[in-house]
Amino acid sequence: MSNDSKILVDVRNLKKHFVKSKDLLGRPSGVLKAVDGVSFQIRQGETFGLVGESGSGKSTVGRCLLRLYDYTAGEVRFDGQNISSLDEKQLKPFRRKIQSIFQDPYSSLNPGMNVLELIGEPMNIHGLYSGDERKEAVAALLERVGLKREHLYRYPHEFSGGQRQRISIARALSVRPDFVVCDEPISALDVSVQAQVVNMLEDLQAEFGLTYLFIAHDLSMVRHISDRIGVMYKGRLVEVADSDELYDNPLHPYTQALLSAIPVPDPHAVSERIVWTDAIAEGEAHELREVSPGHFVALP
Amino acid sequence: MTERLLSVDGLRVSFRTRDGDNQAVRGVSFHIDAGETVGIVGESGSGKSVTAKAIMSLIQPPGEIIAGSIEFRGERLNDLPEKTWRKLRGNRISMVFQDPMTSLNPVKRIGDQMTEVIRRHRGLKADEALAEAIRLLREVGIADPERRVRQYPHEFSGGMRQRVMIAMALSCSPELLIADEPTTALDVTIQAQILELFKQLKANPDTAVALITHDLGVVAQVCTRVIVMYGGMIMEEGTVEDIFYRAQHPYTLGLLRSVPKRAGGGRERLIAIEGTPPDLLDPPPGCPFMERCPHAMAKCAELPPMFHIGPGHRSLCWLAEDDHPPEKSASGDVRHKEATL
Ligand SMILES: Nc1ncnc2c1ncn2[C@@H]1O[C@H](COP(=O)(O)OP(=O)(O)OP(=O)(O)O)[C@@H](O)[C@H]1O
Ligand SMILES: Nc1ncnc2c1ncn2[C@@H]1O[C@H](COP(=O)(O)OP(=O)(O)OP(=O)(O)O)[C@@H](O)[C@H]1O
Ligand code: SF4
Ligand SMILES: [Mg+2]
Ligand SMILES: [Mg+2]
Repeated sequence: MSNDSKILVDVRNLKKHFVKSKDLLGRPSGVLKAVDGVSFQIRQGETFGLVGESGSGKSTVGRCLLRLYDYTAGEVRFDGQNISSLDEKQLKPFRRKIQSIFQDPYSSLNPGMNVLELIGEPMNIHGLYSGDERKEAVAALLERVGLKREHLYRYPHEFSGGQRQRISIARALSVRPDFVVCDEPISALDVSVQAQVVNMLEDLQAEFGLTYLFIAHDLSMVRHISDRIGVMYKGRLVEVADSDELYDNPLHPYTQALLSAIPVPDPHAVSERIVWTDAIAEGEAHELREVSPGHFVALP
Repeated sequence: MTERLLSVDGLRVSFRTRDGDNQAVRGVSFHIDAGETVGIVGESGSGKSVTAKAIMSLIQPPGEIIAGSIEFRGERLNDLPEKTWRKLRGNRISMVFQDPMTSLNPVKRIGDQMTEVIRRHRGLKADEALAEAIRLLREVGIADPERRVRQYPHEFSGGMRQRVMIAMALSCSPELLIADEPTTALDVTIQAQILELFKQLKANPDTAVALITHDLGVVAQVCTRVIVMYGGMIMEEGTVEDIFYRAQHPYTLGLLRSVPKRAGGGRERLIAIEGTPPDLLDPPPGCPFMERCPHAMAKCAELPPMFHIGPGHRSLCWLAEDDHPPEKSASGDVRHKEATL
């Protein structure tokens, strides 16, 4: 990705805290800092990968970018516009430009709607196409994601996980977005379908100049698809670098532990797993520092 | 001698739809012995979850088990009354479902859901069950479990919900654990921790694990044997070494090639298997992989038998015909068994 394309998504010191449930004695027990001071930029046409511990706040970052939440602190600029404090009416154009594909293809599709309705719904909301024109547009999208026209009138439960994820992708693309938050879009798919979907996401990116935030646990796939990768741990970014640099030269002990735990598809491979138990205590977190061009790490 | 825990013979499952019968599972036969970890991999939609649900007797209308037998420790499960079956399920066979959000009750606290299961299966008192739930959550790597049990599913991250499901399945120390994509939503360090738990469960030589996963790295690292499915059928079966070093079936080979290469990085295109799986409403009479197979030949319009490649290694593909004998037909076995029951 060329470095001179403009910054499309600019996240500055983003924080999202949730009120914790009450403790055993019924007292409210403070806040849960799901996202606690995260900053990164994504250039137009770039794919930014987000990996890290389960529960470290990746999906919460994604939902903040979709403005499904108000932020506790910090701001997000999209194409130069601060979307942090816009009200629902002002947000409407952004709701079209920023789309999402979620982790769970089972619960993210309304079971009572058929494929035509599911994919047509966002078009409806944003006033794109109508009637037969819409049906044609949906059918074309279906074919674009490897499904068939015959599937128009079927319901989500009649599809396998992989097929449902294609429906989610078609739905996200139906309103011609600029930026797509992909939260584990391929986790539920077998590797050959993963390869198809990833190739498809890359083709669509080239064709429409899309920008992606790609959240996933499959580190070899993240490396493949991402230009740059951020590693999250306990609500913060601990390392950000170009994909190959991150894999070849991980500096943070958590990144090292993570990379060493990738299971190798070879039964005789002996891998040395690095275990990192040195959990960062709250309040002790360090700031990201640039240690070589484009490689940032949060170390003491 | 190892004990046969589970045998599935000639299983067929269909779903009635407006457009006809969706033949999700079309004659699947395999077995799992005590002490094994069997990986089940295959195309999305190939019938892995439906096979698992059939074993758990969880196929609901419009789905139906059309044919086949399922035996657990020599006892034919299909004939059991639902009540006996329910007792077995969850107690001696338990399953981790692929979709944690739909299997957790959204309006009930995590702790209440867990203690309910633990009490039902282990007859513990409420406070003992709660202590056990907290212990299990800690075991699957959830920090601060005392507080977490008071939360609702939406307050958990995707990976945490998946671990709740695993903790519930492990709570009754099952003899057979069927785990359907149990670690897809977990980061690799926690995945390693969960796989370690499965290994501990298996340290008991009487138990076995069936692991449905698409992560070939996980299969290579923890499974002893692998079953490869496509289009509602088993394409190939063998030890992990058979599958990773000596795979015979073109679909298995395509699957292995789809994994991104670790070295080099770069932006080469991934090697996907082009095309789409067969429509199970109207499946082809011949080899289900024919439309996408680079080796397809005229003969493939006819369904090949299972060829015996080596001990425990079999492949449903005509390419094996010249060098390997066909196996006895599985459906023949079924008829034999039904006759003697
Ligand atoms: N709506 C909510 N209410 C309360 N807590 C929440 C809510 N959503 C998320 N959390 C908490 O915020 C933290 C971060 O969750 P998030 O879903 O962002 O993690 P994640 O990095 O996406 O994890 P995973 O890899 O498991 O999906 C977790 O501790 C989670 O329990
Ligand atoms: N309730 C249902 N009604 C109709 N068809 C169904 C139903 N449940 C499953 N099927 C069909 O059965 C087939 C097999 O589905 P199954 O869920 O077993 O696939 P899978 O191998 O587990 O795939 P994945 O890897 O995507 O989870 C699919 O074609 C699916 O559409
Ligand atoms: S039987 Fe024929 S079509 Fe099927 S996998 Fe073998 S060679 Fe390919
Ligand atoms: Mg998440
Ligand atoms: Mg499945």
